Amino acid sequence: MKLPAFEYACPATLAEAVALLASRDEAKALAGGQSLVPMMAFRIAAPSLLVDLRKLSDLRQITIDKSGVRLGAMVRWRDIEDDARLVAAHPLLKAAVSHVAHYQIRNRGTVGGSIAHADPAAEMPGIAVACDAEIAVVGAAGSRVISADNFFIAPLTTALAADEIITEIRLPAWPAQRCWGFREFSRRRGDFAMAAAAVFYDVDDAGTAHNAHIGAIGVGDRPVRLTAAEAEVNGKLVDVTVSERAGVAASATVDPQGDIHASGAYRKSLIGTMVERALLSAGAVKVA
Amino acid sequence: MRNSFVGSPVERREDLRFTRGRGQYVDDLSPDGLLYAVILRSSVAHGCIRSIDTAAALKIEGVHAVITAQDIPGGPPRIAMRLQPLPEFKPFEQSVIADQKVRYVGEPIAVVLASSVAIGEDALERIVVDIESLPAVSDCETSAKGDRLLFEEHGTNCPMTFTAKCGDADAAFETAAYVRREKFRTGRHYGLTMEPRGVMAEWATGRLTVSGAAKVPFFNRRILAKQMGLPETAIAMVENDVGGGFGARGEFYPEDFLIPFAARHVGRPVKWIEDRRENLMAMNHARQAAIDVEIACARDGTILGLRGHADVDMGAYMRTNGAVAARNIAQFMSGPYRIPNIKLQSSLWMTNKTPVGTYRGPGRFEADFFRERLLDLVAKDLDIDRVEFRRRNLIRASDMPYRMPTITPFESKDEIDSGDYRLSLDRCLQEFGWSDKEKLQERLIDGRYHGLAVGCFIEGGAAGPKETARLEIDPDGSVAVFIGSSAVGQGVETVFAQIAADALEIPMDRISGVHHGSTAYVSDGYGAYHSRSVVMGGSALLDATKNLHDLIRATASKRYSCAPSDIKIVEDRIIGPRGISATFADFVGLTAEGIFLNKKHTYTYGAHAAHVTVDAKIGQVEIVDYMTVVDCGRIINPMTVRGQVIGSLVQGLGGALLEDLVYDDQGQLLIGSLADYLLPTAGDFPNLRAIVTDMFPSPINPLGAKGAGEGGIISAGGIVANAVANALGTFGVEPRELPLTPQRIWEMVEAGRHPLTKASA
Amino acid sequence: MPVSFEVNGKQVTVEVEPRMTLVDCLRHQLRLTGTHVGCEHGVCGACTILVDGEAVRACLMLAVQAEGCNVVTIEGLSNDEALTPLQASFRRHHAVQCGFCTPGMITTAHALLTEEPDCDADRVREVLSGNICRCTGYISIVEAVLDARSAYRKSQGPPEGRS
Repeated sequence: MKLPAFEYACPATLAEAVALLASRDEAKALAGGQSLVPMMAFRIAAPSLLVDLRKLSDLRQITIDKSGVRLGAMVRWRDIEDDARLVAAHPLLKAAVSHVAHYQIRNRGTVGGSIAHADPAAEMPGIAVACDAEIAVVGAAGSRVISADNFFIAPLTTALAADEIITEIRLPAWPAQRCWGFREFSRRRGDFAMAAAAVFYDVDDAGTAHNAHIGAIGVGDRPVRLTAAEAEVNGKLVDVTVSERAGVAASATVDPQGDIHASGAYRKSLIGTMVERALLSAGAVKVA
Repeated sequence: MRNSFVGSPVERREDLRFTRGRGQYVDDLSPDGLLYAVILRSSVAHGCIRSIDTAAALKIEGVHAVITAQDIPGGPPRIAMRLQPLPEFKPFEQSVIADQKVRYVGEPIAVVLASSVAIGEDALERIVVDIESLPAVSDCETSAKGDRLLFEEHGTNCPMTFTAKCGDADAAFETAAYVRREKFRTGRHYGLTMEPRGVMAEWATGRLTVSGAAKVPFFNRRILAKQMGLPETAIAMVENDVGGGFGARGEFYPEDFLIPFAARHVGRPVKWIEDRRENLMAMNHARQAAIDVEIACARDGTILGLRGHADVDMGAYMRTNGAVAARNIAQFMSGPYRIPNIKLQSSLWMTNKTPVGTYRGPGRFEADFFRERLLDLVAKDLDIDRVEFRRRNLIRASDMPYRMPTITPFESKDEIDSGDYRLSLDRCLQEFGWSDKEKLQERLIDGRYHGLAVGCFIEGGAAGPKETARLEIDPDGSVAVFIGSSAVGQGVETVFAQIAADALEIPMDRISGVHHGSTAYVSDGYGAYHSRSVVMGGSALLDATKNLHDLIRATASKRYSCAPSDIKIVEDRIIGPRGISATFADFVGLTAEGIFLNKKHTYTYGAHAAHVTVDAKIGQVEIVDYMTVVDCGRIINPMTVRGQVIGSLVQGLGGALLEDLVYDDQGQLLIGSLADYLLPTAGDFPNLRAIVTDMFPSPINPLGAKGAGEGGIISAGGIVANAVANALGTFGVEPRELPLTPQRIWEMVEAGRHPLTKASA
Repeated sequence: MPVSFEVNGKQVTVEVEPRMTLVDCLRHQLRLTGTHVGCEHGVCGACTILVDGEAVRACLMLAVQAEGCNVVTIEGLSNDEALTPLQASFRRHHAVQCGFCTPGMITTAHALLTEEPDCDADRVREVLSGNICRCTGYISIVEAVLDARSAYRKSQGPPEGRS
């Protein structure tokens, strides 16, 4: 399963990288390679030019400030694991990332790569959508910011133009009192999710939930927020009954495709259970 | 000095190189002038080849040749069967390369020879093959209809139906107080090895050297010699380190001809290393079978008879050992249980899928799933405790040797050699803690349903007819061991050193090495399959020891002018009359062979017990505890035997819960990578325990050993399914199909929750 | 194109096509055949090496991406005189059968134990779940890694290998 031939460039600046991507049809950015290289090994992808981003050290920062968490596109899963600030600054991100792949992959795989790859069963795109992230990109025409909701179009298809590179994923600030949960079921640890739910809500002084965000992974062409399920949560005290009703609403809203690992009907039921359980766990006290 | 290396947990010699990355597997060899072979495989499941256009491929720089069926003088030869080669199978043998027709996705169509694998793969993309598709036979049901034939001139898709018989099953069923009939299925999976296959061939001055040999090098040499029109003596098969076998690696595959042929064709060394994508579609598949079976019992739970018909999905061709599993399903359905009246048929059906061969415990994994599921269903119906029901029906120690059902057309007279099955069952239950855990059955605790299961098995091993070993005295007086047995990771270099050291009564470090498998080492050999290495090779080693001692005595008697009976051998010292004293170092170069002939099999046996919990809402199963007790007669190395049991058990759990080679109805294999073919990982089954006992040596070989590589895998399917059924009794869940995926469990639970909606499984 | 990096303590420069993976470069150009190829799509872990101290899948790295890096393979984690404590532990616990996954297992375990000498069984299983073994069933491998922890705790750094 040797790779098809390609040209290789390793630019020192972002501008060079963009210019290289723009210079060729079928040029592709290479970040960690953990998704792209296997596709090339199967000759499903055969880019004419690989533009290696590894020298772009500016893209490796994790910045945490009042606006929220900004992950440079070349930030690796390992960097997120190692950053203790994120336990408080974005616990949902941390929890989701702990499900990503395996040890060796986490030393190379990047958030930007995962977002650009846009596998509907991957955790990072799901977190991006669930948390109303913004994706900052740079291309030949300049820079722009794309909301996560508009970024993912279809399996392995995004709003990125051929010459655009993701520079940053911006997650809104995370209030300390926020309740959150993440539940995933995959065939084995580290496998892609058959379905996963990333949820959070804020509570007022009476404990009533509002601003509920319920993100579903693996049950459609792209990750989505399940607004019907969110409606079951908003304005309520999140207890066993509310969690169950939200799960039912989640199941009812989705119409997943089946594949060899899980039928549509099974995924439909599964997401309901994942949402229910994620909400139940969100109500429990979290240790920082 | 009496040694006792046999029976000791001696650390393995092989590990000195394996832990340091100093093993030598076939892809580690790269002689000068090497060309790389890359194989074009059919992407169509069933069709007629209209044309193969290699012109564009040949234009690529670095491509040296493209070989197709046309390039083989006299046409491509076929691969003869090695085991159970009945004339009925001949029409279904595979040609070494597709010739006019393709019959499975993955069938070799052309071989590209290039200066690198990458260039070879580039060339594959430029070869234009025109195949006129034919309707595909994608399962046994379609095959049986007979309107789509894989071998038109032969007129049927069914080469053979085996029948296992004893007593009078029809009579037993007629009068039995209780009968239950069920259908079960096992899914297609295979003995995937971590090292994919590889062959390297070098042709020089009329001699062929083939590296990458494994399992049965001597037999494969015989096949290859015939196919290439060479005397066997012109071919050397070299066995290096081998990254796993499990029954799948080492049989004669198309590539085992194509690569040597290519080397002779171009006059340069050629190496082919299978990649994982190929391996999934080209290494022998296994295990896919369905059965319609009934059991007859007396009211008190005594099993009176078994009757039924199994259909085995064979894939597109009869492979060298393709008939084994189907035959075993019929013969091993009764397993360790005393069932006096049996009539079981096992039909082989050709389909447009990768051909089928043996995988550890062939036919036995399937049969045990079918049988143990049936036993739990019956115990429930008759309201008899599942343990008691089994205990009552186990073959007794006093029944040994116990005659197994006869298989037609072989008219075999197999007998189970020795054992006390109840002892192992009781030991298993005790170690497992069955009586403490019993109360957990069907309980819902913290959102999970608890279930238990127990089952018993036998595994057959030590196939004959013979094995050869040779001992040779090295210049420093140490002894080198050469065996016809093959290494596939089971530790033969250590285990045979233990046997040899004990037999010769010398320290283990005076065994300079154990050389295995390659045809240069012994005059004839058979290899490693059917868990035979220790029994056959080990016993041959004992014979070689005797012969070496005889030879030393004869040589010494001439040298010292005395009678051979005047010579005493004590460890490595030779003591003669008149105070003569010498050592092995004075007899350098002496070499003696030994053989062991065996027509009977050994039968290792035991019991498994498991405790599972199930998350019924998502169908997730966790194995909380799993205990295996295996009695394998004489234990040579308790550490390596335990390793075999645990390793084989995890493979069985993979087959029970994870692994599945899924095809669509066009014969397209939908499993293209290890992301889809799910192998057990370190996190999946952490709670496994194994105890190996040596209570009943085998009476049929001088070591008293029994084959022991396959016991772990055999029970896994039945145990897991029974434990899940036990856990989900509330929902009436009764698994009838493997693998038991989360989706299948969820579907059965849903059907149980809402009985008016369509039930499945 | 040329690429220069350090392998097991030695500087090397090799001429590679961009499409050559690092594992193929190590095995075929540098003749370091201890690292094995089991899948070429990043699942099995047989190709695990250390790059700048971190365990990575060499089949998913291009050789050209190793420019300026510090690469350590199983050969660099071994020595002629004796097995390292981790290797000896694998042997003692019979954590090796066919040996094909073993270099990847040992390299991964070495990386884990170097960073986390106090890891527990769950953590060991979690980390090793990215390395597939078909022979042993993993129980003995986990036991071997746990038993080797003391060697990594004692020293200031990882036990002696060439790197």
